[in-house]
Amino acid sequence: MAEAIRLIFTLDPALFEIIILSLQVSGTALLFSTVIGIPLGAIMGLSRFAGRKLVIALLYTGMGFPPVVVGLFVYLMLSRSGPLGQLNSPLIPALFTPAAMVVAQTIISFPLVAGFTMAAVMGVDPGLRQQVQALGATRWQTTTAILTEARVGVIVSVIAGFGSIISEVGAVMMVGGNIEHSTRVLTTAIVLETRKGNFDLAMAIGVVLLGISFLTNVAMLRLQGRTFDE
Amino acid sequence: MSDSGHRMMDFVYRLLNVSKEYEGRRVLQVENLKIGRGEVFALVGPSGAGKSTLLRLLNFLEPPTAGRIRFQDVEFTANQPVPLPYRRRVTTVFQRPILLNRSVQANVGYGLGLRGLRGADSEIEKALEQVGLQALARQRARTLSGGEAQRVALARAIVLQPDVLLLDEPTANLDPYNVGLIEEIVTNLNRECGTTLVLVTHNVFQAKRLAHRVALMLDSQIVEVAGVEAFFESPQDPRTAAFVRGEMVY
Repeated sequence: MAEAIRLIFTLDPALFEIIILSLQVSGTALLFSTVIGIPLGAIMGLSRFAGRKLVIALLYTGMGFPPVVVGLFVYLMLSRSGPLGQLNSPLIPALFTPAAMVVAQTIISFPLVAGFTMAAVMGVDPGLRQQVQALGATRWQTTTAILTEARVGVIVSVIAGFGSIISEVGAVMMVGGNIEHSTRVLTTAIVLETRKGNFDLAMAIGVVLLGISFLTNVAMLRLQGRTFDE
Repeated sequence: MSDSGHRMMDFVYRLLNVSKEYEGRRVLQVENLKIGRGEVFALVGPSGAGKSTLLRLLNFLEPPTAGRIRFQDVEFTANQPVPLPYRRRVTTVFQRPILLNRSVQANVGYGLGLRGLRGADSEIEKALEQVGLQALARQRARTLSGGEAQRVALARAIVLQPDVLLLDEPTANLDPYNVGLIEEIVTNLNRECGTTLVLVTHNVFQAKRLAHRVALMLDSQIVEVAGVEAFFESPQDPRTAAFVRGEMVY
């Protein structure tokens, strides 16, 4: 613990580099997951179409995906001999780069964001849609009203999405490779330091990870506003 | 305005051979129905007769399966989407009000916001005054009693100054005080602003108190339409007579 405090307060550059990269990778992945997951969850919760149940089943499966399997999948796709790696396109990230880690983490977290958003939207009184429409809402305005009513659940979906990737180690290890100054993040650094026997340092990084998780959740809770005060 | 034009504007709605089906099951069949401008029109009948379905069609919340609905100066067929400006001339107060998890005044101003009318505080205040809830403007809507919530639902509808206000059993779950209050508010709205009211109720006494004309619906069809006096005093159809006497078993 003392080591953790010392590292933070001495602004240890190596530690800060890892923190910044972790936040960049997981933050970007969360952004993508939110942009994909919230509309997908809203569509799944609000509309009825053929094949909806199958998509929901896939989504639920995605919510429980082991990160290491996602890592393996992304690894195989992006490796030079893989279907996407072969394309050699500048749009396809190379293995062992932060961009490849973002891809893997997005795949891990977007089903969580979509799944929890869907549940939140389905929890809103079904009569609300009709009443809002009767007041003259367009389709878009109706969806916005329902998402706003479901905001507690929607924010929980984002928290769950973030929690799943900031703390995951399997996928980033596999597609990032834990390269110093390049793809080393908090979780992979903990694994490395533990293996080296530097338990103090591993603990210190662990405390930092917990701290980041706590602060993000506090920020999210503030976003939910007064809803919890009632 | 020409004579034919004047006749055309005498009614807000004219329904011709309108039907509605859900999964092949017919829930509404109206051959011919006119609702006059500025009229208080009551639809009575047992549950499941198709009254609420008809109201949803009149609010253009869903299209009919077949038939034509003339609303004011335009006619819509089953496959024709109703443009937003027309849809926004009508609104509904439902039996069970569902308010947004915001303040009372935010709920009342919600429909105005949808129309891009922000900062309409004086209208919101006036509507709250009409329903006697100006003291609760800043309160969270979730903390209201059933009667207060229904009055907020009424305020959020009348603030829009609709041409037609549809009322779907608006007082079914309320105490006599709130029933009286709501009846008074909508009656004033009709008299002072000329708002057309279409009231769905299974309370024949309420229909008698409020309506100019009454229609009885049974098994997805309109059995009889008549002026309020004729409907209650000299009904033409034996089923109407039975319903009015409270003898209808359903």
